[in-house]
Amino acid sequence: MALLPLGVDTFTLTVLCIYALLGLSLGFIWGFGGILCFGQAAFFGLGAYAYAIAAINFGTPWAPFFIAIIFPALIAAVFGGMLFFGRLNDVYLAVLTLVFTLILYKFMNVTAGENYIIGKARLGGYNGIPGFETLSLPWDPSEYIYGDSLFYFSLSLLLLVFLGLRWLLKSPFGRVMIGVRENELRAELMGYDVRLIKTAVFAIGGGVAGLAGCLYANWAEIVTPNLFSLGQSAEVIIWVIVGGAGTLFGPILGAAIMGYMKFLLGQQSLIDNTLVMGAVLVLAVLLLPRGIFPVIADRFTRKTGRERTTRSRSSRKRPTRKRHRRREGSNEQ
Amino acid sequence: MDYAAVVIVEVFYGISVLVLISAGLAVVFGMMRVINLAHGEFITLGGYAAITAHSLGVPIFISTLIVAPIVVAIFGLVVERLIVRFLYGRLINTMLATWGLSLLMIGGMTMIFGNTTTGIPTPISGFTLGRYQMSGYNLFVIFMAIVTVIIIYGVLKTTRAGLIARGAMQNPEMANAFGYNTSRIYMLTFTAGAALSGLAGGVMAPLVGLNPASGANYIAKAFITVISGGTSVVSGLLSSATLFGSVSQIVTFISTSVVGEIALLIAAVILLRLLPTGITGRFLKGRV
Amino acid sequence: MKIDRRKFVAGTAAAGTMAFLPKMAIAGETIKVGSILDTSGIFDLYGKPMDKAVTLAIEELNAAGGIAGRKLEKVAYDTQSNMALYTQFAQKLTRQDKVDVVHGGILSASREAIRPTLRKSKTLYFYNVQYEGGVCDRNIFCTGVTPAQQAEVLVPYAMEKWGKKIYILAADYNYGQITAKWIEHYAGKAGGSVVKTDFFPLDVADFGSTIAKIQEAAPDMIMSALVGGAHLSFYRQWAAAGMNKKIPMASTTLGAGNEQVVLTKEEGDGILLAYSFSKELDRPENKVFLDKWQKRFGSTDDIHELAVATYQGMHLWGAGANKAGSVERDKVVEALESGVSIIGPSGKITVDPKTHHVVTDVHIVEVGDQKMNVVKSYDQRQPVDTQAVCDLSANPGDTTQYEIKI
Repeated sequence: MALLPLGVDTFTLTVLCIYALLGLSLGFIWGFGGILCFGQAAFFGLGAYAYAIAAINFGTPWAPFFIAIIFPALIAAVFGGMLFFGRLNDVYLAVLTLVFTLILYKFMNVTAGENYIIGKARLGGYNGIPGFETLSLPWDPSEYIYGDSLFYFSLSLLLLVFLGLRWLLKSPFGRVMIGVRENELRAELMGYDVRLIKTAVFAIGGGVAGLAGCLYANWAEIVTPNLFSLGQSAEVIIWVIVGGAGTLFGPILGAAIMGYMKFLLGQQSLIDNTLVMGAVLVLAVLLLPRGIFPVIADRFTRKTGRERTTRSRSSRKRPTRKRHRRREGSNEQ
Repeated sequence: MDYAAVVIVEVFYGISVLVLISAGLAVVFGMMRVINLAHGEFITLGGYAAITAHSLGVPIFISTLIVAPIVVAIFGLVVERLIVRFLYGRLINTMLATWGLSLLMIGGMTMIFGNTTTGIPTPISGFTLGRYQMSGYNLFVIFMAIVTVIIIYGVLKTTRAGLIARGAMQNPEMANAFGYNTSRIYMLTFTAGAALSGLAGGVMAPLVGLNPASGANYIAKAFITVISGGTSVVSGLLSSATLFGSVSQIVTFISTSVVGEIALLIAAVILLRLLPTGITGRFLKGRV
Repeated sequence: MKIDRRKFVAGTAAAGTMAFLPKMAIAGETIKVGSILDTSGIFDLYGKPMDKAVTLAIEELNAAGGIAGRKLEKVAYDTQSNMALYTQFAQKLTRQDKVDVVHGGILSASREAIRPTLRKSKTLYFYNVQYEGGVCDRNIFCTGVTPAQQAEVLVPYAMEKWGKKIYILAADYNYGQITAKWIEHYAGKAGGSVVKTDFFPLDVADFGSTIAKIQEAAPDMIMSALVGGAHLSFYRQWAAAGMNKKIPMASTTLGAGNEQVVLTKEEGDGILLAYSFSKELDRPENKVFLDKWQKRFGSTDDIHELAVATYQGMHLWGAGANKAGSVERDKVVEALESGVSIIGPSGKITVDPKTHHVVTDVHIVEVGDQKMNVVKSYDQRQPVDTQAVCDLSANPGDTTQYEIKI
């Protein structure tokens, strides 16, 4: 409880970890895959709902845990496949992902009636699903993972996913993936199936978001359609932008900072919270279009020497190059 | 038979609402490739302007049709100068900045107007259609949608200002070389788009209960309509609003309003999957 | 123990003159009252007055000497109309602040989010909102009216006045679904029928097609259980089509957030409602309450059903704790289960020991000139909906929210 001076307990830290995972999932597909998804909340919500529904039906937590990762990944693969094999790009892709989460949001909101039931689980409509089995130790089902232990569990999963994605980016697949982001046509001419690669990236992102959703369900002990809302999707994007797209650590930082800020704002009533969040986003886009993390990293490199320069330079180039590409793209239309 | 007539009027009404709430966004997107995600809040602001003016004693049609567009146009002008102009050519960044602006506006309007739902009464009385009683204001909404489309088309197609604006959007360097100030043209276009949003807010105000978060009801539909329409302002707007308006209203009559809305969304998914750059990206290319 | 009318008025009147004590002046041994409400975001219309009600009630209880000689202190969090923050702040209230009781929650979803947390941490919970009924849990007291309490008096009254064919419009979530069932139940009992029931998600704001469908069905009256700002458009569009002159309407929800003030005279006049409270209620306790609210907050415009339920829930808890002589959960619960009652602005409120809901007066109210005018009062209505499914004295370990089968 060394963090108590900050006013944070492990319960809040847990949700910051979960947000960080969700931010990481979007940071991965957007910053490295070049896919701007306006509906990352869809996979977050699907993970949470998949866990809740499976946990009610099975009565045990661990099979649902894996279902909550695999199911959103599968949906992401199918939906992403449909988009990428249709050669959708840019803002058209963004609007379809947004529509996808809106459909889920609207649908989940009208499931209050008795006939919306999956196995033993009532979908519950606007009020959501409460009262499902939460994670417990595999060898001792009466020992629930909650409170401090849920925090350490989430933290280790975050670390694991972070390292996993870093490894993936360094692997041959990761290099092709970045190649696709930089120039789709060139990658295609070199013989790579761009559509397939993007679909795979999207599915991985969906799986990570699903994992975050699953942890969220365990943390909140209730899932509601609000997980699919426009606001939830917006927040993820804000985290990535504030932290810095094009890095893996940036989205984590962004999610943690913004989540913590929201928590602090909830404890005062002097100024409207929505207003502050909006102002932060506007200022972030205008003043720090690359996010907080790259700026800090640059500062740090300048002081500590040369060995990190190469990496930071490349991270500095990325957004500029992307911006340039976008401008070209918009002129073409 | 009467019922069929009622359904037809409602379908036209549905299309008209989509046209009105999407017009401002369509102008700004079609002309400048800027997507203003605070568009819904611009509409809400128009509604609040109309309600405030009306409560101060301004006649209702002046409040909704004149005060609302002017207030939002001025606000749009300020936003363009302070935020949007730094972000031209960066589609995604403008979307994010205007998303932030939308949150900021929701917060601001909550602090100013409070979070209560307000509204103004409908100024036109109902009429009878056969056995059915209908809202006369719905006909007015249809009329206003037609007027809006004619104005946009007229300005873009027949006036010199419209010609210059279209030229400047297509090739800013060339327009600059001819001595036109592109920065000013961008500014005026954005302001005009804001005025259209304000008009929509004013016209819709007597129909809905307005609160600071109302914008969310508009933005998704307007966004989807405009993107699906593609980049031609008038033909894109008309074609996609007609498609989505009819689909959602007819399905609503057959089933429920939720199924109607979901039908609209599914129609959008299918449409964009088949025509990845919107209707006018494929057909009607190069039209206004 | 009963707090009689005189004592209640005398004790609470003192609060009006009480100076604000700075926090430091209150001794270390204060009783912590947790409050968890949406005071910003889309539900703050409900939450802000409820928050004021908590403040006022705490000041009154303190002025009357506190509970068992200890002063009360408010620990409040704003959940920003965000369900995720409910669990977060409930954890904070129970683990860090270690409060003695929690009052709050507005939407049923928010209640269900924090109910397990509070039960596990053995923190007594008061949910002071009109809701769909059926929660059966010994750790919670629900002090708002439930659908049966409203429909039981409203439906027969309206049917007698207008006719037997009812068209129901309801919000598409638990509250609306369950309320619609109760309306159908009581309509059948009074010899009427429901021609059709339509459900609308909370963000639907266009009712053109619905208005046409209603005319097609030609009912004698409309029963509305529509909720929230977007649904308010229905009343406006209904009046715009001139339908309010043709088919009369009753509602279980209009006015809970003072919506009658938003609608114009023409749009709202004549709609029948059923509530346990109305500002127009002509009772001495109500006058005293409105006076105190006016003095403390400057205006009584924002008072609504939920704020009064919160105010009464606080006093009900205070009466229970005073009777128990302690704020310990089990003792307070036992005291309240022995049948504590208070006289609040809306009349006499008694805890029903079997369900932990309340027995309350219900009034038929007619909207007129943007006011809620009481036309008929029914004394001491039982929470029959929850009573039908829940018996905590027989099953004290029950924690389910039952859905009522009719």
